[in-house]
Amino acid sequence: MSTPVLELSGISKTFGAVRALSDVDFQVGEGEVVALLGDNGAGKSTLVKVISGAHPADSGGVITWDGKPVSIGTPADAQRLGIATIYQDLALCDNLDIVGNLFLGNEKLHFPGTLDEVEMESRARELLDSLSVRIPNLRVPVASLSGGQRQIIAIARSLLGQPRVVMLDEPTAALGVAQTAQVLDLIERLRDKGLGVLLISHNMADVRAVADRAMVLRLGRNAGDFPIADTSYEEIVAAITGAADNPVSRRSERTGASALATEDK
Amino acid sequence: MTQQTPVSKAPGRGGAESVAPKRDPRLLATVASPKGWLDAFKRALRGGDLGALPVVIGLILIAVVFQSANDRFLSPQNLSNLTVQIAAIGLMTTGVIMVLLLGEIDLSIGSVAGLAAAALAVLAVKQGVSEWVAIALAVGLGLLVGLVHGFIFAKLGVPAFVVTLAGLLGWQGLHLYLMGADGTINTSPSGTIALLTQTYFVSFMGWAIAVLALGLYVVSVFLVERRRRLAGLPYKPLTGVLFRAALLAVPILGGVWVLNQYKGVPLAFLIFVGFVVALDLILRKTRYGRMVYAVGGNAEAARRAGINVDLIRISVFGIASALAALGGVMLTSRNFAASVSTGGGEELMMAIAAAVIGGTSLFGGRGNAYSALLGGLVLGAIASGLLLLQMNTSVRFMITAGVLLVAVILDSLSRRGRKTHARGGA
Ligand SMILES: Nc1ncnc2c1ncn2[C@@H]1O[C@H](COP(=O)(O)OP(=O)(O)O)[C@@H](O)[C@H]1O
Ligand SMILES: [Mg+2]
Repeated sequence: MSTPVLELSGISKTFGAVRALSDVDFQVGEGEVVALLGDNGAGKSTLVKVISGAHPADSGGVITWDGKPVSIGTPADAQRLGIATIYQDLALCDNLDIVGNLFLGNEKLHFPGTLDEVEMESRARELLDSLSVRIPNLRVPVASLSGGQRQIIAIARSLLGQPRVVMLDEPTAALGVAQTAQVLDLIERLRDKGLGVLLISHNMADVRAVADRAMVLRLGRNAGDFPIADTSYEEIVAAITGAADNPVSRRSERTGASALATEDK
Repeated sequence: MTQQTPVSKAPGRGGAESVAPKRDPRLLATVASPKGWLDAFKRALRGGDLGALPVVIGLILIAVVFQSANDRFLSPQNLSNLTVQIAAIGLMTTGVIMVLLLGEIDLSIGSVAGLAAAALAVLAVKQGVSEWVAIALAVGLGLLVGLVHGFIFAKLGVPAFVVTLAGLLGWQGLHLYLMGADGTINTSPSGTIALLTQTYFVSFMGWAIAVLALGLYVVSVFLVERRRRLAGLPYKPLTGVLFRAALLAVPILGGVWVLNQYKGVPLAFLIFVGFVVALDLILRKTRYGRMVYAVGGNAEAARRAGINVDLIRISVFGIASALAALGGVMLTSRNFAASVSTGGGEELMMAIAAAVIGGTSLFGGRGNAYSALLGGLVLGAIASGLLLLQMNTSVRFMITAGVLLVAVILDSLSRRGRKTHARGGA
């Protein structure tokens, strides 16, 4: 695989008496989609928050960017490095149109303080075209968009900062089948553009469809790192639950159900 | 639930994608012809995006009803008086609109207007301060009061309606205190304060202002559309721009023509319209305006986008109170006096009602500056018409309440419509 852009080793994070992450290693390379898997409470969101600077890690671990050690203490640090985070609860303003949302807080201006709408709309069109996102009218309020389109706008917005690593925390959790496919298509395009993608998802079908590697966390510790192509569904589930004999395998033996069933959220 | 997600796994991902066309074929183009405009209008109607249409229809209806009941209603004198009468509350409404866009409410604007009137009269009459300076100080006092409201709301987290409810009471108290033993302080009938509502422009000036405004509108819209065309974006052709300008010219030139048949365009009305236009430009064209809408739409999203939400909130409350104070100055000007009752009556209710009737949502994030003008005209026309018919305040309050209720119901329905729309769709 390519050289990792972002590499974490020995990362720990405690919240009071709760040790959410202990001694965790993680890396993601250019043009690589890494799925971060684990049961509820395994520490996935906490790891994302450590990387995004929302909750800096405890001292002791090492974070390297392009092989050089860096420290991420605030969200601004992460953004400056080139890390973009798209949270589950989308940070969009329903009443603003697509262009307004894409450039929110980052508006293009001509005279002091006045908006350059033409420039922003052209740039928005270029950006969405480059992602092969088809939205006919960029001047409709995002309230009128579907869930998948809204997720796509949120992702596209994070790309304006020219990040090299994008982290998505359950981007498809609230979406239907067709809309999920739209978002997964977009994730593949991010990979094709050479971005590193960290994807949290509970949906094994999604993970198998787009991820190159699966990194499993269990009770805040590393519990396996698998190349998706040569790993079976059962192996990953075993790593997530911590046993070969687990509720999911027992159930599939009992019912003979397809191995590609979706784990419940 | 089993969720097998179909994903295209074509070899050579991405590369095979055809280049997206500049203009999406699904985008319904507005054809530059009367039929094209009619179709666009029908589409807007079906989408529930009525804009100013209900208010304009309401205004026409009001005009027809009152004119048939009393033919003095549409006389130049009555219409001229109407425009002066709505200016004071109209200025307060422009401030209210800013606060409503944030999704908040300001209950103190009537008291702030009264306080500004009292401060103005005390400074100009009792302290002998020059009237210009007194006006500036009164508006400055309003700004200060609003910044205090905004600070307590934004920084200390007290709900805006509670902060401004305290303001409603407290500033009225200060107002009464400033007035002291005098129930009324008369201002000079010929000074700067009085001139604010006693000045009318000669015909030529009225026409010049109207033509200049229309010219600026056409040129600026044309330049923007040309840039859009050169940038390969969807644009309105020149005929479309001229058609809109013609639609706008009817009320503007017609208004000047009617007002010129009496004393000319009143300064007070021009000040009001000037503030409405300025606020509209600020809201639509500046980064500050964009931030106001963003905070009103989703404060958390605005914060994450790096917007200083507290600063926006504090500044909006400051502007709203400054405009309320300016309304208080206008009230003083029109009555040649400040009294203990200035701003203490229906002003608050009417200013908020005008904003909502004009089309600004109570739920935040939706609305525009022109609601102040349209809503003010509706309420002013109802008041003026009922006065001509010698109906008293009781009837006016009931009718105004009915109109307000219709406006709020339309607001709630359109909000619900958008929500269901957002949930559906592919
Ligand atoms: N801000 C916090 N304060 C205290 N405990 C937290 C906080 N955030 C997460 N935790 C704890 O850390 C553990 C991991 O949580 P999280 O990272 O959200 O798991 P996941 O996203 O994998 O479901 C949980 O036990 C959770 O209770
Ligand atoms: Mg989580």
